[in-house]
Order: sequence, then C-alpha cells, then structure tokens
Amino acid sequence: MASGAMQEEQVKLLGIWVSPFVKRVEWALKFKGVEYEYVEEDLINKSSLLLTSNPVHQKVPVLLHNGNPIVESLVIIEYIDENWKQNPMLPQDPHERAKARFWANFIEQKITEATRTALLTEGEQQEKAVKELKEAMEVLEGEAAAKLNDKTLFFGGKNGLGYVDIVLGWICNWVEVIEEVGGFKVLDPQKQPHIHKWMANFVEVPLIKPTLLPKEKMVVYFQMVRQAVLGLAAKK
Amino acid sequence: MAAISLQTETMAEEVKLFGTWASVFSRRIEVALKLKGVQFEYIEENLSNKSPALLKYNPVHKKIPVLVHNGKPVAESLVILEYIDETWKHNPILPTDPYEKAMARFWAKYIDDKLLPAAIKVAMSKGEEQKGVIEEIQKQLKTLESELKEKKFFGGESLGFVDIAANTIVWLVVAQEALGMEILTEEKFPVLHGWYQRLVDDAVFKECMPPREQHLSFVKVRFGSSTPSK
Repeated sequence: MASGAMQEEQVKLLGIWVSPFVKRVEWALKFKGVEYEYVEEDLINKSSLLLTSNPVHQKVPVLLHNGNPIVESLVIIEYIDENWKQNPMLPQDPHERAKARFWANFIEQKITEATRTALLTEGEQQEKAVKELKEAMEVLEGEAAAKLNDKTLFFGGKNGLGYVDIVLGWICNWVEVIEEVGGFKVLDPQKQPHIHKWMANFVEVPLIKPTLLPKEKMVVYFQMVRQAVLGLAAKK
Repeated sequence: MAAISLQTETMAEEVKLFGTWASVFSRRIEVALKLKGVQFEYIEENLSNKSPALLKYNPVHKKIPVLVHNGKPVAESLVILEYIDETWKHNPILPTDPYEKAMARFWAKYIDDKLLPAAIKVAMSKGEEQKGVIEEIQKQLKTLESELKEKKFFGGESLGFVDIAANTIVWLVVAQEALGMEILTEEKFPVLHGWYQRLVDDAVFKECMPPREQHLSFVKVRFGSSTPSK
C-alpha cells in the first residue's frame, strides 16, 4: 500500500516570527507531526513567492502544499486537519464541529479584532476596543467554566488539544505584550480563573512550550507598530 | 423491526430555522436546506422583540440565523452551511477535495470579511465617501470575477458554498437600485453579470429571494435619503 512516505509531501510555511496567525498554523502542523519548511518573510520587501501565492491579501501565513497555496489561518488549519487525518483537531460529530467553528469565529471576531484595535488606537477608540475585549473575555470565561475541569484541561476535550485551543492559544503570549504596549489591562486571574488555568496548561504542552516567544522582543516589535500606526493616524 | 424503523421516521428530522425575511444571512440557509430537500419550519423573528427561543438558542450573539436540528442549535451562517453539508450528504455544496474546499472557504470568507462590510458602508455613506467605497467594492467584484472565470457558478456546474455566500451580491444590486447607485453593471462586469443572471434564475435560489418590491422599499426606508448620488 502506498504510504505517505512514498509521495513527496512538500510543505512550506511563509510567515513572520511575531505573527499569532502564523504561530497557530505552526502549532497545527506540529500537532499533526507534519514536516515543513519555514520561510521567514520580509513584509516590507515582500518576496515574489508571497505575492504570487497570496495575490488577494499579500499577507502571511501562507501554506504551500506541493506548490499549492492556502491562506487565512483558520482556512489553513481546517485544510491541515482534512488533509492529514491523524490526530484530528476538529471533532467528528457535525454538531460538535459546528460548536468548535462557532467558538473559533467568536475568538476571531471578538477577541482577536478587539486586541488588534486596542493595539493600534488610543483615546476613545481604544477605550471602546478594550471594553469589547473585556466583555468577550467574560463570555469566553463562561464557556471555559462550562467545559473545563480537572479532567478536561482543554477545549479539545478528552483527547487533549483541539481546534479551539490552537485558535485561542495566541492569547498566552500576545495579550500581555499588547497590554503593556497599548497601556491597558484586560487579563485578570480573579475575573477569568478558568481562562488563566487553561493558559497555564496550554503553555506547558510539550509541542507548545518550545515555540513560545521572548516577551521583550515582542514588546519592542509591537511598540514600533503602534507608534507607526498612531503616527500615520495623527497626520490625517 | 418495523416498529423501530417507524419510530425513527416519525422522530424524523426536526429542523427549525430562525431568520428574518430580508436577512442575507438567513436566506443563505434557506437556499442550502432547499438544495438538499430538507423539510424545515421557518420562524420569522422580530429583531426588536427577540423571542425567548432565539435568546435560548443563541445566547452569545442573540442573532439570526440559527438552525435548530433535533433541539440542537447551530449559529453563524457559514458554520450552519458547513453543518448542513456534513449532516445531509447528498447534493454537496462544498467540494470533497481538501484543497478545493479550502479555496471555497477562502472565497466565502473574502465575501463576508470584505464585500459585505463594504456593501453596508456604501449604503450608509454619501457623496465623496460613497464614491470611495463604490471604487473599493468594484475592485472586490473584479477580484471575484477573476476567480469565477469561465465557470457557470463558483461551485462549477451547480450552486455551491461560494455562490450561496455570494448572495451578498444580490443584496448589493437591490441596494444600488433602491439608492440610485451604479456599482455592478453589465458593461463593467460582463462575466459577473452573467453569473448574477444565472443565480437569480436558478429554480431554488429564486424561491429564496426576498420579494423584490418589498426588499427595495425596505432598503430605501433603512438607508435612503431623497438624493441619489451619481
């Protein structure tokens, strides 16, 4: 029987070291045990490979599988799950899958977006984003309280990590950094005990731990981004 | 044995859809259910007086559409479409190949992340700002057109996931007529216009469109002012 080893799987990931969207894809690939080549992109001088692989958005991450590009982190993760069947990230049952996708969307629309806005704005705009972020964390805390306990550490359930964990995982490294850079506070172990417990468990997972980034380096990067964007906004 | 199978049949599929008649999102679900021949009960919600059922089934967002299948709720239109495709496997709306599926998800996301917000913005803006948004939308339509190419539908020979998500374009066309804008024209978008005609002529799709005159009035009342812009 022809095995995967017979076929040459060429898997390449275009990314930047500091992107939470890229990190998610790396976690998904590692979770599946898929060998891949990582290419660090320069977003100021975008490579022709990046531009031809993602002409619509010209962003990272881009997954190239045997030369075929897939973009948008959630789309890439589902592709990885469907193409490599070992260690499923999504549940089998359609209703459970729908719930996992619902929460992934919630995280993207409410937590990721609000964090981005809080990083890139100030004054009233930032206050509004921080408020939305706090409310979203409250909702997430409710879901975590309902789903997680001493036996079920992750949203993936009894099997350990799953799709929602991989989609949410970025908050462990990035939120603290962006709070510091943006000058606001959302994470609160008193108000979000279940999320904090989940974060503590997530960063200890053997495939996750070595991928965590140095906070100081991230702070420098995001400070630069914030200043650049606020500077542009001030000119308008 | 006969008694057991009879019980399974009468237990049947209890499928309910909570929606609103002019919602681009809930109409997507109607199209998918009809394409699959799934019987469902439709419940028209009043968004200024949401039913206890809606609040129970979608406590996080309190929005429509919500599909309730045998008492279990599913929310978010694209999530619901995938659920429908995975539950009723005949007449698939998504491709089976993982790469083709990823492409379909990409384009549906593109429509919801880029085209839809721009379509709402264009209806709410005026003058110079509106001109800018119209240009933005036209660029997006060109991008979609280049994806469509020679195909009958985004899904190929028949309606698929992307076509259903692209019902957004029907709403855009209604808005352009109601508010006197010129965005999607046959001259500027011959390929996309051809697709649009096939979409609104499709037997299932056209059954699920809001009645045109009412839809036009709805948009005029919601977004209109007395002066159309050029």
